[in-house]
Amino acid sequence: MRYMLLQNYGEVESHCAPMTEWKPEEVQAHIAFQVALNQELIERGELVDAQGLAGPDAAKFVVWDGSEAAPVVTDGPYPESKELLAGYRIVDVESPSRAIEIAAKASAAPGPGGAPILQPIEVREVMGAPEPEM
Amino acid sequence: MSAAAEDPWRALAPRVLGALARRTGDFSAAEDAVQEALIAATTAWPGGRVPENPYGWLATVASRRLADQVRSDRARRRREDSAVARSAESDPASGSDDSLAVILMCCHEVLTPASAIPLTLRAVGGLTTREIAAAFLLPEATMAQRISRAKARIKAAGATFDLPPPDRMPERLRVACHVLYLIYNEGYARSGGTELASGDLSAEAIRLARLLRATAPTDPEVTGLLALMLLTDARRAARTGPAGELVPLAQQDRSRWDRELITEGVLLATDALGHGAMGEYQAQAAIAALHDEAPSHEATDWRRILALYRVLERMADNPMVTLNRAVATGMADCPAAGLAVLDGLDARLGDHHRLHAVRAHLLEMQGDTAAAAAEFRAAAARATNVRERDYLIMKAAGAR
Repeated sequence: MRYMLLQNYGEVESHCAPMTEWKPEEVQAHIAFQVALNQELIERGELVDAQGLAGPDAAKFVVWDGSEAAPVVTDGPYPESKELLAGYRIVDVESPSRAIEIAAKASAAPGPGGAPILQPIEVREVMGAPEPEM
Repeated sequence: MSAAAEDPWRALAPRVLGALARRTGDFSAAEDAVQEALIAATTAWPGGRVPENPYGWLATVASRRLADQVRSDRARRRREDSAVARSAESDPASGSDDSLAVILMCCHEVLTPASAIPLTLRAVGGLTTREIAAAFLLPEATMAQRISRAKARIKAAGATFDLPPPDRMPERLRVACHVLYLIYNEGYARSGGTELASGDLSAEAIRLARLLRATAPTDPEVTGLLALMLLTDARRAARTGPAGELVPLAQQDRSRWDRELITEGVLLATDALGHGAMGEYQAQAAIAALHDEAPSHEATDWRRILALYRVLERMADNPMVTLNRAVATGMADCPAAGLAVLDGLDARLGDHHRLHAVRAHLLEMQGDTAAAAAEFRAAAARATNVRERDYLIMKAAGAR
């Protein structure tokens, strides 16, 4: 079964400062943690995809009514940027509990002073294909 | 992958691997060597040409690859070098037993299905890691790791490359049947949908089931498994509508069912029934045969299907079987009797979308439209696949 583990820009539970205010070595340690987690998931045969998304300032919102009029495109920065997606992992695991375990690990990514940032990870099952009728 | 279904090289893979693994005692290294030899074969013999003796060619190249590997590791394993080099000529006489030993090794009970499946497709099916990864929509590196972990697990469990004693053979074959059944389902479930890859996994599973049956012809469950696959595959074209939407059995255009597959499947199912006690695959094949031979959903022999689900329920305590028995009861008897079968399933199945969907269908048959719509909505909210969810949303909308 596949799960998408989503990370939003939303405030982390530990209320630590935004990453731009960390020390360089703290940022480095955080990135190294994410890379190592991805490598571990590859080695366990579980990683499908992992992507970080470009910042919310570059986000665009598109709405169109299908008419002759041009679509409405709203540029960022978006006032509710905390609700936007920052990145995700898709994992292919043998049980729901393993997906939770991976999410827990991701949540404890190191922040300032090496303390876990307690990032909330949204765990969503990816729709699969229907079972055969038998 | 489709063109390769009749690939002569791939058909040889398990025999060459079996012979090599038996001689060297190192299944994992032999499996790597055969995989490399298969890739070399497509380069050396392009456009479907083959040498005069393809078995000999593949065996020789695989033996050399293995020898190279061993040589590069000389300090650790000097002994094996000469043993492998000596054995470039092989004896295809024991090919059938070797193929069976390879299948049983890949479908070893210490492996989870998620690792047994790719290993079987590579070592028995002769597919490349890249092809397998594409079929399961996984990165190649992830799939490669899954396969090498599977082999490490087999090694750690101390599995030997000998056929099990006859009294243990049926249970080992059951594990192999389960792995092939899951490969079949993976392909069948995705075929006709929006997913790009993998409908051919079911064709590959059928090919592997034929191979398994050729190596273990007297096992009735292996025959039952092949029959079940063919009888299910016969309905494949009718199972999806023009936009890829799911068409349930009751509404399928039966003229689009594949009569040739049905004939072969029914013959196999009948043949399996002649051999001793009935197993799960035989029972499922018998149910599939009754559906395939019925002129319409209503004119189906629901009483016999109901009886077969009771047999299945006694074999394995599986709530999904009980769910199917509820459907059969609803058709053979009346919707209320079917609904009564569902009582008590909530505790065992939890909040499963199938339970809501079956309840919805039975309520609909009973004419209780409002309750049916609510159950269809509940089922749609819990569905874990898009096509089934879309179907359930349509039903909920139509039942209001």
